[in-house]
Amino acid sequence: MTSIGTGYDLSASTYSPDGRIFQVEYATKAVENSGTAIGVKVNDGIVLAVEKLIHSKLLVPEANRRIQTIDRHIGLATAGLLADGRNITTRARDEAVNYREAYNAPTPLKILADRLGLYVQAYTLYSSVRPFGISTILGAVDKDGPSLYVVEPSGVFFGYNGAAVGKGRQLAKTELEKLKLSELTTREAVYEAARIIYLVHEDAKEKEFELELSWIGKETDGVHLPVPKDLHRDAEAKAKAALETFE
Amino acid sequence: MDHFPTNWGRPRNDAYDAYGTFPLPHRPNNDTKDAFASGVQRTQQPIVTGTSVLALKYKDGIMMAADNLASYGSLARFKDVQRLHPVGKYTVIGAGGDISDFQYIQKFLEELIIEEFTSQDGHDLGPAEIHEYLSQVMYARRSKLNPLWNSLLVGGFKDGKSFLAYVDLLGTTYSASTLATGFGAYLAQPILRKEVEGKETELTEDEAIRIMETCIRVLYYRDARSIDKYQLATITADGVKISDSRHISTSWSFAEGIRGYGAQTQ
Repeated sequence: MTSIGTGYDLSASTYSPDGRIFQVEYATKAVENSGTAIGVKVNDGIVLAVEKLIHSKLLVPEANRRIQTIDRHIGLATAGLLADGRNITTRARDEAVNYREAYNAPTPLKILADRLGLYVQAYTLYSSVRPFGISTILGAVDKDGPSLYVVEPSGVFFGYNGAAVGKGRQLAKTELEKLKLSELTTREAVYEAARIIYLVHEDAKEKEFELELSWIGKETDGVHLPVPKDLHRDAEAKAKAALETFE
Repeated sequence: MDHFPTNWGRPRNDAYDAYGTFPLPHRPNNDTKDAFASGVQRTQQPIVTGTSVLALKYKDGIMMAADNLASYGSLARFKDVQRLHPVGKYTVIGAGGDISDFQYIQKFLEELIIEEFTSQDGHDLGPAEIHEYLSQVMYARRSKLNPLWNSLLVGGFKDGKSFLAYVDLLGTTYSASTLATGFGAYLAQPILRKEVEGKETELTEDEAIRIMETCIRVLYYRDARSIDKYQLATITADGVKISDSRHISTSWSFAEGIRGYGAQTQ
């Protein structure tokens, strides 16, 4: 790391001479150490999936969720520091409530992503704070149909058809690119998402993990819900079976 | 130092400036010093109002009824207002009184339900919780001398148990197997009690509908702030159902014989 020792990486409020903010780049590194999170957008819905690494066998199953619900129709998945994910969740819920109070309508995801982008960006401006060590995947079905966004530690956000963040993002992105997203149903996308998470996990040979799955679509009536237990189990079983036949 | 004695405070008796000679604009002003306080207004009376709400317990759960009128004083101003509102999966609230306050209540309950939903903790609010919450809000508002001008019925069915309770602008609550707000408390409640009490576990949905129709008809005949268009809500194990607007049949032939009622022939 050429930045170390130069003194330009000590604060988010200092540029390096070539115009970079090293603290933000370090925050991106924090994201890269985390279990993968992916988001899939299909014609009639959204699927979020997370590879939640289990650091202790003593943990209660399903503890420390990394997929959260923001509003009825909005889901959020994070990769990076878990506590930062909680903070962004709280903020996103506040923003959603705020929009609803003002306009008496569900928050369009574009607007939520915009507001979260502003919030995250504010943490790249001051020496007294550290930037968020998370990339946030936002998924929703709103008045314009399904949409998917990713907010980065720098505060930039982009819309995607398929998104992957965290350790296994490269492989996950190549797998997502192979899918014909416009031809999948939300239910089929659940299977694909589970398969990709298992695949990238296998690739990294990590410790144990738990698969988190949520979806929004016709079958959930446009509401963000955890994938039902039986579908979850089935998707997991098919994902494991697919690993055997892969390559 | 203000050297005008009249500015020191309101004269204690007529011995001082008995004839009020001190110019009016220069009289001491004992109003609050906060310039904005006089701009604060609290609800003094309801403006656009709904009338009675009826509710009863029956075999499968709770049935509620309310007409579709929102009056502006004695004017029948809005004739397609829904006064029964679902809250979450297990509850319906029905409101009489100020309609804008009721809309505000709907808004904050919606927010409450979303807050509970997003926490994804496997719990959701039933009718008992919603009624308790409402009663706390209503009492807090009346204690600020700024009440939400409504009388509300909360009906629900959760975990095999039906729930029916009342709360009003004062924060008063009570519960019974039949409830009615507004004029309905006088006109419909006796009918409801006679038909329902002791038979809560036997009444079928059809019988309950018939009882509601009777009460709505009586109210339409005798309550000048009512209308013959109304909705029914049922809350059962199958969830919340709110009907489309229904029409109550009435007969006015008796009026023919009343002198002074219609056009007179002699």
